[in-house]
Amino acid sequence: MGGVGRIIKVAGPLVVAEGLEGARMFEIARVSEKKLLGEIIEIREKLYSIQVYEETDGIGPGDPVYLVNEPLSVELGPGLIGSIFDGVQRPLDALRSQYGDYIVRGIESPAIPRDKKWHFEPTVKKGDRVVAGDQIGFVQETKTVKHKIMVPFGLEGIIKEIKSGEFRVEETVCLLTTKEGDKRLNLLQRWPVRKPRPVKQKLPPVEPMVTGQRIIDMLFPLCKGGTACVPGPFGSGKTVVQHQLAKWCDADIIIFVGCGERGNEMTDVLIEFPELKDPRTGDSLMNRTVLIANTSNMPVAAREASVFTGITIAEYFRDMGYHVALMADSTSRWAEAMREMSGRLEEMPGEEGYPAYLSSRIASFYERAGRVKCLGQNDQSATLSIIGAVSPPGGDLSEPVVQATLRVAKVFWGLDDAIASRRHFPAIDWLKSYSLYNEEVDLAAGREIDPKWKSNRIEAMRILQKESELIEIVRLVGFDALSPEDKLTMEVAKSIREDFLHQNAFMEEDTYTSYPKQFKILNLILLFGKYAARAIKNNVAFEKIAQLPIREQIARAKYIDERSLFKFEDIEIEMKQQFEELEEKKEGVIS
Amino acid sequence: MSREYKTISQIFGPLMLVEEVESVKFGELVQIRLPSQETRRGRVLEAHQNKVLVQVFEGADSMNPEECRVKFLGHGIEFPVSPDILGRVFDAFGHPKDGKPEIIPEKKLDINGSPINPYARDYPNEFIQTGFSTIDGMNTLVRGQKLPIFSGTGLPHPQFAAQIARQARVLKEGEKFAVVFAAMGITFEEAEFFIADFKRTGAINKTVLFINLANDPVIERIALPRSALTCAEYLAFDLDMHVLVILSDMTNYCEALREVSAARKEIPGRRGYPGYLYTDLATIYERAGRIKGKKGSITQIPILTMPEDDKTHPIPDLTGYITEGQIFLSRELHRKGIYPPVDVRPSLSRLKDKGIGQGKTRKDHSDLLNQLFAAYARGKEAQELAVILGESALTPIDLKFVEFADAFEDVFVRQGEDENRSIEQTLDLGWRLLSRLPMAELKRVRDAYKEEFLKPLLQEAGVAAE
Repeated sequence: MGGVGRIIKVAGPLVVAEGLEGARMFEIARVSEKKLLGEIIEIREKLYSIQVYEETDGIGPGDPVYLVNEPLSVELGPGLIGSIFDGVQRPLDALRSQYGDYIVRGIESPAIPRDKKWHFEPTVKKGDRVVAGDQIGFVQETKTVKHKIMVPFGLEGIIKEIKSGEFRVEETVCLLTTKEGDKRLNLLQRWPVRKPRPVKQKLPPVEPMVTGQRIIDMLFPLCKGGTACVPGPFGSGKTVVQHQLAKWCDADIIIFVGCGERGNEMTDVLIEFPELKDPRTGDSLMNRTVLIANTSNMPVAAREASVFTGITIAEYFRDMGYHVALMADSTSRWAEAMREMSGRLEEMPGEEGYPAYLSSRIASFYERAGRVKCLGQNDQSATLSIIGAVSPPGGDLSEPVVQATLRVAKVFWGLDDAIASRRHFPAIDWLKSYSLYNEEVDLAAGREIDPKWKSNRIEAMRILQKESELIEIVRLVGFDALSPEDKLTMEVAKSIREDFLHQNAFMEEDTYTSYPKQFKILNLILLFGKYAARAIKNNVAFEKIAQLPIREQIARAKYIDERSLFKFEDIEIEMKQQFEELEEKKEGVIS
Repeated sequence: MSREYKTISQIFGPLMLVEEVESVKFGELVQIRLPSQETRRGRVLEAHQNKVLVQVFEGADSMNPEECRVKFLGHGIEFPVSPDILGRVFDAFGHPKDGKPEIIPEKKLDINGSPINPYARDYPNEFIQTGFSTIDGMNTLVRGQKLPIFSGTGLPHPQFAAQIARQARVLKEGEKFAVVFAAMGITFEEAEFFIADFKRTGAINKTVLFINLANDPVIERIALPRSALTCAEYLAFDLDMHVLVILSDMTNYCEALREVSAARKEIPGRRGYPGYLYTDLATIYERAGRIKGKKGSITQIPILTMPEDDKTHPIPDLTGYITEGQIFLSRELHRKGIYPPVDVRPSLSRLKDKGIGQGKTRKDHSDLLNQLFAAYARGKEAQELAVILGESALTPIDLKFVEFADAFEDVFVRQGEDENRSIEQTLDLGWRLLSRLPMAELKRVRDAYKEEFLKPLLQEAGVAAE
């Protein structure tokens, strides 16, 4: 423990103290005899402003403040996976068993259980030279996650001794001879949350992230190591999109940060995830997930910290060489927490009362994503992707948090109220959204799935764009006034929307679609459009085409089992036949 | 602790500054004695060295800095609870407003409560039958949910809420049920309507009322919902009751909050509401829920009147972000004379999927509600189109849907003020409506359900026609 100061002012989550000389910015302070956790966020003329992560009722001037001489840090080691933490990494399950159903103040429990034993398997031997980031061994934390134990940052030397067997996280497993003498290494590391963990080099993202969500993968894809922003008004399905990605995206590790959102949503995740199976490994989804839950009614300052806690844990797993995805729901609540603290500090406000540093703070968070070359001697590459939900007031996308996020995020999935109210989900607006990774994904999918991937995507977008223009005309003159070609465009667009883009997250057959199947469904719809266009040229009536029985099969194509994709060929053959029959009979030909 | 100060230096709005005080804590309850022996209450909003900023709940009318005596009570605002609170009427501080004696408390609880550990929450999944087809059938309410009513001035939300309170029950037998009603800034007539209704139906014995009328001290409204929810938590988690909390009207609550914020000269957010409005509302709404291993539950129905029927106004907007859906009352339906004027299209219950289906309501519920919703939405769209292009522009199928939409409003949405429909009645009514549409158009329901629920109706109709 460092010095002891004295409180002179309490205003909600902000406490001002004096007598803390020597304290540095963003160091931890323990407030009052209750030892409430706080962080120093401003130093002005020997007055220290502290944001307190717990309620400050009952605290007053004259109460003591204790210094810890350490910045806000998280614990990193085996035991993270499958856990649920609050915004400052207190384990909620342990808190419940120790202190009951409510989060009362001043309670504490180590983030990583100290008494649990893990089986440590070394991967280096005596005499090996290691540097920071090198793996010295691993713990099989869950069936799918091999928790690699790395040499902490700042150390390098020769392995003097390494053990194998059952260890608690604080027990020494390795002795390292360094220039400064022998160092003991255990399974546990600490890292300050506001400081990005170092990497050797940042690289541009190249590999697509498969999410199984058709509108995302096909039209607005994300790359591993990329950043995406999901803004939308309430009820437009932001949280469902986030949950779907957390469930189905092909990252190795998922960090889900529930930041200032509903308590029942976290409960939903806690109940649902352990039951769901990872489509790639068959293991429970919870066995690759870490949850950070700081619900809307929990202290607002801890909400500010929660995204940093999440991203630091994510970086730790990235450093092991994993593909990590972090979902933050919702970054607006995080920004609001910043605004509240800024207001209490009486800072000069920027737009809508948000602090002037809002956009730089948001940028510094998103910039912690990326594809990197990790520290260590074997130059492995790994990725960290960030998907942030934004809750703009009144659904207004011109507000500061959305705008600041769009400047740094590369993918934009704009959720729309009108689409959601038609119960079209995911309610991602296909006209407004964009992805800057289309090229990378076209390249990869063109190589691995089908060369037509790119042309199909462009064709689908063209039809959807055309439809939006035609809708305006239909509104004025009615559908019947359109030319047969335009009627067909409307019909194909409708098919793209309903049979491809629409995806039911709650239906087992529909919740996840693989890349090959996505391609086949869209290809089928476009093929229909092609045949139909030819038929119309041959003077077949539009109404006849619209009533072809094959339409029913196209509509049901999304329910075709992933293991029997050959059925698509049968449908294509049948479609061809139906069109041929139609053209031969030339029924209803306009004379 | 019992020292009395006479050192008020400033009074402004509902706030006052007291100087030269010792060891006063943030959030402490304050007692202010006026020369007339009247006592008022306040809460410490900020403590700075030996000065404190106090928010006076009853307002600062006729207070004078020289004459008032201030005492700091050494604890936050507490509410006295005991099983006897049922059937009583209180103000925000637990003083009876029904002329009966004070409660002898079993214990006193801090009204701010503590956040429920998300890990301790149990997921809400038990169906509550409200007797309204628009809720039970289309936007199902489940135990532990927070489902607000978005209304407008002049719409019949009091009747609607009172009827929900009267009719709400779960399908299991032998459960204890209670209602906590918090009236914030509503008129005497509206409050009287609720009390009379509870008395008429005998529900009053299972009800705790919290009353702060439109002419009562404004700032007291900030404490009132917290007292009501403290009381609800006691009933739910100490006495194992299923508690329905009705908060009316949240708009008045938010305005009280804005008044204090303005007096403190805080930087305003949208429309002058404080930047922390979201967090503040969350500390109220998030107190709904269930806890693992506890029998009771808290279900919240906050009512708010949207200024100018605008759902992007900060109050409905932030509420929508916190609550699990919303029930919209529509002026258009009200003008058509339909009660309850629930517009099912923008209404939503986020938790409905967890509370319906086999073993909870009926296996066909999910398909049926999706089909009803789709058909009604299509009918309304066609109606709008007909307004522009004339009815002759509609296809015969679209005309069917227009008819369906009218019938849906008239038969399904509309119900009497004493009409309590069971879930079976609601679902059967839904099928009866669907039977007006061509079978091939019903794409959202499984064929097996059409066979089981729709066929008999069609045959019946066929027999009648013969």
